[in-house]
Amino acid sequence: MSGTLHEISIEVNGKLRKAQVPARLSLVDWLREDLCLTGTHIGCEHGVCGACSVMLDGEPVRSCLMYAVQANGHRVATVEGLAKPDGSMSVLQDSFCETHGLQCGYCTPGMLIASQALLNSNPNPTEAQIRDAIGGNLCRCTGYQQIVEAVQLAAKPAAFPLLG
Amino acid sequence: MYPTTPPPAAAPLLEEEGKTLRAMTGFRYIGAKRRAKEHPRFVSGRGRFVADIALPGMKHVALVASPHASARIVSIDTSAALAAPGVLYVLTGEEFCANTDSLMIGVDAPKVTRWALARGVVRYAGEWVAAVVADSRALAEDAAERIEVEYEPLPHVIESEAALAPGAPLVHPAHGSNALYHRKFVWGPVEEAFANAGHRIAFRAVWSRSATVPIETFGVAAQWDAGTGILDIWASIQMPKFPDQAARALRLPGNAVRVHYDVDVGGSYGVKRGLKHAVLVGYLAKKLGVPVRLIEDRLENLRGGDMQGPDRFFDMQVAFDADGAIRAMKIRAVDDVGAYAGRSPFQLGKPVTAICGPYAIGAIEYEPTSVMTHKTPQEAVRGFGQSPTNFAIERAIDRVARHLGMDSIELRKKNFIRRDQFPYTIPSGSTYDSGDYHAVLDETLAAIGYASLVRARDEARSSGRLAGIGISSCLEPSGGNSAFEVLMNPKNENTTWMDSCLVRVDLSGSVTGVINNSSAGQGHESLVSTVLGEILEPILSPRSPPTARSAAAWRSCWGVPPQAPRKRSRKR
Amino acid sequence: MKAAPFEYARAASLSEVCALLATHGDGAKLLAGGQSLVPMMAMRLVRPAWLVDINEIPELKFIAVEKDMARTGACTRQCVVERDPALAARVPLLRQALAWVGHVQTRNRGTIGGSLVHADPCAELPLVAQVLGARMLLRSGSGTRTLEAEKFFSGPMATSARSDECLEEIHWPAWSWRHTGSAFTEISVRHGDFAMVAAAAQIAIDGDGRCVRAAFGLGGAGGTPLAFPKIAARLVGTRLDDAVVNDAAHSAAIETEPGSDLHASAEYRRHLAGVLAARALCEARERARSR
Repeated sequence: MSGTLHEISIEVNGKLRKAQVPARLSLVDWLREDLCLTGTHIGCEHGVCGACSVMLDGEPVRSCLMYAVQANGHRVATVEGLAKPDGSMSVLQDSFCETHGLQCGYCTPGMLIASQALLNSNPNPTEAQIRDAIGGNLCRCTGYQQIVEAVQLAAKPAAFPLLG
Repeated sequence: MYPTTPPPAAAPLLEEEGKTLRAMTGFRYIGAKRRAKEHPRFVSGRGRFVADIALPGMKHVALVASPHASARIVSIDTSAALAAPGVLYVLTGEEFCANTDSLMIGVDAPKVTRWALARGVVRYAGEWVAAVVADSRALAEDAAERIEVEYEPLPHVIESEAALAPGAPLVHPAHGSNALYHRKFVWGPVEEAFANAGHRIAFRAVWSRSATVPIETFGVAAQWDAGTGILDIWASIQMPKFPDQAARALRLPGNAVRVHYDVDVGGSYGVKRGLKHAVLVGYLAKKLGVPVRLIEDRLENLRGGDMQGPDRFFDMQVAFDADGAIRAMKIRAVDDVGAYAGRSPFQLGKPVTAICGPYAIGAIEYEPTSVMTHKTPQEAVRGFGQSPTNFAIERAIDRVARHLGMDSIELRKKNFIRRDQFPYTIPSGSTYDSGDYHAVLDETLAAIGYASLVRARDEARSSGRLAGIGISSCLEPSGGNSAFEVLMNPKNENTTWMDSCLVRVDLSGSVTGVINNSSAGQGHESLVSTVLGEILEPILSPRSPPTARSAAAWRSCWGVPPQAPRKRSRKR
Repeated sequence: MKAAPFEYARAASLSEVCALLATHGDGAKLLAGGQSLVPMMAMRLVRPAWLVDINEIPELKFIAVEKDMARTGACTRQCVVERDPALAARVPLLRQALAWVGHVQTRNRGTIGGSLVHADPCAELPLVAQVLGARMLLRSGSGTRTLEAEKFFSGPMATSARSDECLEEIHWPAWSWRHTGSAFTEISVRHGDFAMVAAAAQIAIDGDGRCVRAAFGLGGAGGTPLAFPKIAARLVGTRLDDAVVNDAAHSAAIETEPGSDLHASAEYRRHLAGVLAARALCEARERARSR
């Protein structure tokens, strides 16, 4: 029964990837183990921590709550796809570094996906909107304040002097 | 609903402090606002956590855990699991405990033994009973479900006072009692102070059990190389003497275990000891001749795959005068370490070094007891025991204030060690090197606008709401968590926390600092490279600060200056 | 926490779904947003032999706003419902409730129908359905039937849907009075969690400020979401002053039989029920007045 494999064809970070996968293989496990895109992390496997957040067709979702087969025919973007085309850090990634919006780095990819999604649809968010956008992502290190500042900085780089 | 952003005044203050520090010390990099070296890889998803490491041919472990707090294992039937698809091996305690040694315990309690898998009895709900090795974690879980364990539930005790009472079920009967450690320290004329003091109060402060729940659960991968006789371990750890203890349990020479410290750790806050996981996985890797990996899932983590936090009550007695001067304190600390102990009893030892907090209290009696119950074991969660003790001391201060009808801020100031009294030796013998506690408290009150907070509190109260302002002034002894190990176990001849920093300058003038401690987000690489850069840059040439691999904290800093002058003379 | 093995079929149409359900009966579960089902499968609390994926069926994903009601396809994503301006105008309670549902990530996958079928008595959308008297259209191989919310929710985590039925669409009654206002409020341990207690209310008043229609209900206060049509009927004709509103809220609260658990005792839940019902009614009243 568990032997049935399903063909999938999913665009991941702009590249079409094809595979044959068992139905119960989660999207996050497929990305990490089969595609070796280990930037997306597993924290709970039951949809509460947000570490596994990826963009599905441009919107953040919990990749631990999807099976890879379900993403067939869709677009996925992971943290590895957030960099600029020349490979350098995006404004948001740079801002996280500037404000020290991370410590251990484990929740960071999920935070980046959630906040990038916010900035994509709302380039000038209020603090309340930022906290709502990352409300589905848990962090045990920072206390969130500097993550919020990172998103604020990314939205308004002119307001904060960057030390580089 | 949401906390407000910090007041703008805070940022310039820090900038000012940085400039002042640099002016005082002449440091160019230490104390300056800098970015962290680690962060670029984390924001680009290129961190290297243990679950990111793929070893060719790697197999995966799933576990069977006891649902009972205390039970005899009557039988374990692994036949159906062994026949399940993709399964390589099924391990139970019978084999594992016979072929490995018990994990070390810090206190003198040789009959309190511990292995990763239970043998004969289980001592807490969540204790592992069997391990399945299979081609994937999913297949291992499928097989684990087919293992049939027959238990005979036994009486259990899950509360520390009940565990200390006569007739309580014994967690480790061979040890003879549930008291793992007990001692009474009397420093100064305690009884005399209690007899002569104008007032006395007694109360209990309770510090409840918690778990740090890092977003990354514990994980370990191991690979045995029969050719070199070396076991490689990659793990998400925060644990001193980790390779030594793993080697010992595996009956390998200490230098046969190579731990890779350049594994990123996704938060720990004290709990990621990982010894039982590492010994289990190391044993399987060596026995099966394939790399083996165990990543705790969240349920395993919550049930105590690794550890939980202090679970302690303090029976406090305070003797003081009518003017608020505190003469003596008695602290009876009872700590529930759960069913097994590693370093956890030491959490009762660390507070000895700051047993009176910031207060000039001349006589202290400290009676710590470490108790075993049928609960998940405890480990050195953040603060390593000082935080619960600080809580108890601060509760005492507030209660004394309330008893006297005195303002608790005034009471604190009355009892603080004064600035002119430093260096100050406290009754237990440790010396506080410096401090100005009055100034710190005053600056804090000014920074938060205490007067307006009081007004807001009183307004809330007059409109029928409950409101209060909490003040707490604590000392956190930093530095070694090992200094008191010998205090708690005279048989322990080996307390020093071993670490070093190797500084290499190569032909191109690049400097590499190599240390042996993983970072769980503390930014060790940034710290070490900053310090190395500060000291070596003028010697080498004016170039940007050096690179560093695998950083540690202050220990490496202390190691660096003595080396630097030697390098300097060699260069000349 | 990997799910036990299962067979998977991605249905392309509703008739395909019905055929699969007819074949596999109790052995099959429908997979919509998966935000509740997949965690349960990861913990192996649920292990269906077949998962029928209904996420890619266009006929299940739509919003149609009509004169007296809005129709939503069962697989319409919660975030789509939340953002739809026509729906916000005609059935505002949906957007107000969705602000309390989970987080951004869960609303991007979670579906309107999935939440209703999951039937958690502490969930927000079932409460809205109960309060508004929404109608569920259920399709099976033998045809279609419609169930009112009251008949649809049968107990905690249970509905009257048969194992061969698929929720197809939901009809949300829309009120026609100009001065209509609604409100949703809840108390939960953390924002985004299921509610300890939730309250939803909708009020319509005439030009003179008298109530012409009222509806309100409570979640987390019983085995199913609770609506109080008889108590709400007593509000009609009044000016909805605070005393009247508080009396209605109190009457509803004492009718409830909430449970006790780790987070809240029954007494506390009953207390919350009264407080939140009053708040929701007052907020709905203010919104109605301001229209």
